[in-house]
Amino acid sequence: MSPPIGFTLRRRTLLAGTAAAALTHSMTRDASAQTAEAPQPVGPQTSTVTLVVNGTPREITVDNRVSLLDALREHLKLTGTKKGCDHGQCGACTCTVNGERINACLSLAVMHDGDEIETIEGIGQPDNMDPMQAAFVEQDGFQCGYCTPGQIQSARKVIEEIRAGIPSHVTGDLTAEIAMTDAEIRERMSGNICRCGAYANILSAITQVAEENA
Amino acid sequence: MKFNSPVETNLFDDAKIIGKPTQRVDGPLKVTGTAPYAYERNDAAPDALYGYPLGAAIGHGRITAMDAEAARNAPGVRAVVTTLDIDPLEKGMNNVARLFGGNEVQHYHQAIAVVVAETFEQARAAAARIDVTYEEGEAADLDLDAAFRRVEGSGEPDTLFGDVDAAFRDAAVVTDQMYHTPGESHTMMEPHASTVDWSDGGDMTVWTSNQMINWNHQSIATTFGIEPERIRVESPYVGGGFGAKLWLRADAVLAALGSRAAGVPVKLALPRPMVMNNTTHRSATVQRIRLAANPDGTLKGIWHEAAAYCLPGGRGENATAQTPIFYAGETRRVKNHVLDMPLPETADMRAPGEASGLMALEIAMDEMAEALEMDPVRFRIINDTQVNPSDPDIPFSDRHFVECLERGAEAFGWAERNTSAGGRRDGDWLIGHGVAGAYRGALVLPSGARAILDGGKLIIETDMTDIGTGSYTIIAQTAAETMGMSLDDVEMRMAHSAYPVSSGSGGQFGAPSSTSGVYAACMALREKIAGNLGLQDPTFADGNVVSGETRMSLSDINEEVSAEDAIEWGDFQDGYAMGTFGAHFVEVGVHAYTGETRVRRMLAVCDAGRILNPVTARSQVIGGMVMGVGAALSEDMALDRGRGFFANHDMASYEVAVHADIPDQQVIFLDTLDGVATPLKAKGVGELGLCGAAPAVANAMYNATGIRVRDYPLTMDKFIDQLPSI
Amino acid sequence: MRAFSYEKPANPSEAVARAAEVEGAKFLAGGTNLLDLMKHEIEAPAHVIDVNGLGLDEVTETEDGGLRIGTLVTNTALSAHPRIRRDYPVLTRAIAAGATGQLRNKATTGGNLLQRTRCPYFFDTNMPCNKRSPGSGCGALTEGAFSRQLGVIGTSSSCIATHPSDMAVAMRVLDAIVETVTPSGMTREIAVEDLHLLPGDTPERETALMPGELITHVRLPAPVGGTQAYHKVRDRASYAFALVSVALVRQADGTGRVALGGVAPKPWRRADADAQLPNGAAAVMSVLLDGATPTEENAFKLTLAERTLAAMLKEA
Repeated sequence: MSPPIGFTLRRRTLLAGTAAAALTHSMTRDASAQTAEAPQPVGPQTSTVTLVVNGTPREITVDNRVSLLDALREHLKLTGTKKGCDHGQCGACTCTVNGERINACLSLAVMHDGDEIETIEGIGQPDNMDPMQAAFVEQDGFQCGYCTPGQIQSARKVIEEIRAGIPSHVTGDLTAEIAMTDAEIRERMSGNICRCGAYANILSAITQVAEENA
Repeated sequence: MKFNSPVETNLFDDAKIIGKPTQRVDGPLKVTGTAPYAYERNDAAPDALYGYPLGAAIGHGRITAMDAEAARNAPGVRAVVTTLDIDPLEKGMNNVARLFGGNEVQHYHQAIAVVVAETFEQARAAAARIDVTYEEGEAADLDLDAAFRRVEGSGEPDTLFGDVDAAFRDAAVVTDQMYHTPGESHTMMEPHASTVDWSDGGDMTVWTSNQMINWNHQSIATTFGIEPERIRVESPYVGGGFGAKLWLRADAVLAALGSRAAGVPVKLALPRPMVMNNTTHRSATVQRIRLAANPDGTLKGIWHEAAAYCLPGGRGENATAQTPIFYAGETRRVKNHVLDMPLPETADMRAPGEASGLMALEIAMDEMAEALEMDPVRFRIINDTQVNPSDPDIPFSDRHFVECLERGAEAFGWAERNTSAGGRRDGDWLIGHGVAGAYRGALVLPSGARAILDGGKLIIETDMTDIGTGSYTIIAQTAAETMGMSLDDVEMRMAHSAYPVSSGSGGQFGAPSSTSGVYAACMALREKIAGNLGLQDPTFADGNVVSGETRMSLSDINEEVSAEDAIEWGDFQDGYAMGTFGAHFVEVGVHAYTGETRVRRMLAVCDAGRILNPVTARSQVIGGMVMGVGAALSEDMALDRGRGFFANHDMASYEVAVHADIPDQQVIFLDTLDGVATPLKAKGVGELGLCGAAPAVANAMYNATGIRVRDYPLTMDKFIDQLPSI
Repeated sequence: MRAFSYEKPANPSEAVARAAEVEGAKFLAGGTNLLDLMKHEIEAPAHVIDVNGLGLDEVTETEDGGLRIGTLVTNTALSAHPRIRRDYPVLTRAIAAGATGQLRNKATTGGNLLQRTRCPYFFDTNMPCNKRSPGSGCGALTEGAFSRQLGVIGTSSSCIATHPSDMAVAMRVLDAIVETVTPSGMTREIAVEDLHLLPGDTPERETALMPGELITHVRLPAPVGGTQAYHKVRDRASYAFALVSVALVRQADGTGRVALGGVAPKPWRRADADAQLPNGAAAVMSVLLDGATPTEENAFKLTLAERTLAAMLKEA
């Protein structure tokens, strides 16, 4: 028997709330934001930035709060990049900035002045699909289609990341060349949730493209 | 078309398109991001402003005051509507909690205000400026176990067959266990979203994300008290539903109210952290299952009693749904209790009833097989039935459950399975194998369509939706097959309230119902073409209509020909039990030290009648299996019992399966035909893949460890103390 | 999200000067945590200072054979750095176990250390939370609350939140040192051990940084060698925060170091627990987790931590 870890269960309190309790719930937000003398912005609340989207410079003036995702969807009307959660928890908004995939929902448009941004619209069109898009259709790598643009963005980059030798959670020897295995692809695609559960077909699509351009 | 008798041979028995692997016709639009979803209707409502909701901050009670002054004065704000501004709205079909209006709070995150502003950022910021004062309701006992104990044994059984008490008294072997399934959230990738134009308070256009155009249409009319003729509903692309989008929800209601108040079209998506508590979910269940068996393994008695929660007037989850019908048994008693609790609304989620019922029943079957020292595959085969065991005069229309088990056992290598619980290892991993049966009813609903031949093009109009299920594709296949045309000749127009009413998408009734409706419309079109051309009993093939010596290309018919019809289901189906069947086989590894459980391979064998498109059907089944892995291993709505809300209300803390959770998956479709079910001899398959997947994982986990966990999800906190000592 | 003004200074001294000057200013690096919190108004800066123009994105060698990591080096770049992979593999392992490829491409070294808890009561602004709104109470410590993911040690009756980082656990086991520049322009060093504070009665105070102080670098001492491993335990296989994680450096003679993630308000390590490594996992945990105060729902973390370390020691 191992010696027991010394601990005591933490005591809990009963909820104070009863039928008579009146609560004003705004009080539990960030306290400083609630007071009249909360700090105020000290400069313009909008910015003009140039995003190079799918090769074309696009100058927009946006509220500083606008995410890169909403800049694409609402200001440039490029709605192929999807908003699934808006909090970096699903991957539907995945697009490529300066060659790397990121969650567009957790980045501000103002942070990307001059950056090269590639969206699903820049990858291919219905009558001129990129090999990965074609592979997704061929392997039925989607159902409802809502996570699909993000999956395709990640899929293309995952092949590059493995070839570039960037290690992942499932990589064995950190100093050896990384093989294009199912396990590597599955782990690296795990930032793109598909609730329809097309993962097995997505894997087939990625494997097909990786083999085609091996 | 009335479907009044089982179909014999028809054109689908010699199909060229139906039943053939066919890529999705909407695929290129989806993979290029050009399919417009509800929040993206720049084509139709380019000037829509932004709506943002506010949800209630308490579990239940009432609002005593709301101060929206700061929000109204915030930059860019065009309108604010609070729930105190209007009387409670009428409730639409199957809405249990009201969607808006009045001061009562029935559940956490119930919508209590909407802000309309010029930008999304302005609307979101202003919504946070609304101050709300609440009076909390009486604390409620939210312990479902305790509630079950209070009602256990009470009430008339839902199903009672034979002398159950005697059977259990006299049985050679009896098992008796409690099982728990947690609340589950649909978590479709696209949150509930709508764009609504009700700018002038007259006609209303709703671009929404909904599975059921007609139900939604009617519910909007009821909710706002306006004539259905003044409402138009469109939902051409739906980013997943799984039951969450069967009913009218707050997104459309708030967008409509916001549009009316601001005098502009408004778009609104529920913020992800609000989806879990604001919308609906699958209720948790408590289940007690008692089985009695004879020494030969035949079941002498099945006794299943379950409970689920719901708001007063709701339906909860009926975990006993399959129990009256799935397995043979000399006697049975089945009772489901629906218990009122002030929690967020419970309603249908993929395979409502069977999904959580089989999670318990299929463990119970595994336990009985073990008690009998019998192969669990063999035990299920012994207890197959070809008639409804609770009503033996009713035969199954077509049931090949035994074949599912046998084919699956062979393909999976069941004979080489681990047979001593906890006895097989691969390094630190304990390896186990499990099987579970799958059953889901084969419901069909009336479904209509219009078929139009126009210059060689076949246009299909129906309000049917495609929520990822493949409706666009299988309906186009059905139409092309029936008209003897090619898939390229078909133009699909769907999910619009101007089109004939279909079954909609849900309960795996969509595919069999809507394809039958389209078949009916196309047969009506064929008749019309024949009549126009004065042809007797023509055949339609290769783009031509042929009768005797006459042969004419359909593209040479210049005048537009249109026909509308619907499938209506005859009473003769009541003389049959209609269902879909399957068997799941799973291999898992359980880490001997940490209890982490990972699925290593999965196989499903499905008996669902004619498979209309093996590509999309397989995707439905593997998708169900993925959801089953989540249900088995990680999905769990975390109830704060003190506050009456679900605390893990985002996609980081409610853990659905990710790519790394899913191993190789294999699907085998039995080549079956069910002429009682539909003219296409097809049944739905979209929910069958989920049914039984989770308990197969559970049984494999037991097989790996020798530890029986009856409380989902099967996380290590529930069994780590029982793992081998280190 | 509250409206804010924005600037992107070109050097660290300008950045801290502005932070000192402007009330309600906040540094923004990768944004993967801060922007999430701003959407909830858990953070509501009036002014955002984007530090992505400061350089500070290189990994350089130090005289003692260690490494100096710029605060803006992304998680991906750091995990893939050849020296890290060769000499500090526990750090690569920890980083790769966290978040996703997309998030790691954006998240930075300094930002990762400063990320805030994932406690659901902290994240839901309708709920009481002493960390977010001092004095409002701890939502996780009321009867019936959900605390399965939360802390078991180092917590207090005011707060049982955990620090969610994986990377920080490896930094702790490697004895990393944080270099900062203070609002007055002075530089100073803080051991990672001392960077995060325990909640006590002031859970809103999370780090030893003063307002407006900027992390510029994280320094790794010379490699410690040994066998290094990081085992993260979670319900799903990826894209989830740790229930328990263990960072281990083990020398050939059985001595070494061990730090835990997912159990405490900071990466959890004790020298006297390290000393127990030759005696096995139970001996380590009886010291490392001594005095734990779990809730009923998360008491399993104590067993889990011990068993996870046991599995690693068998391998190492």
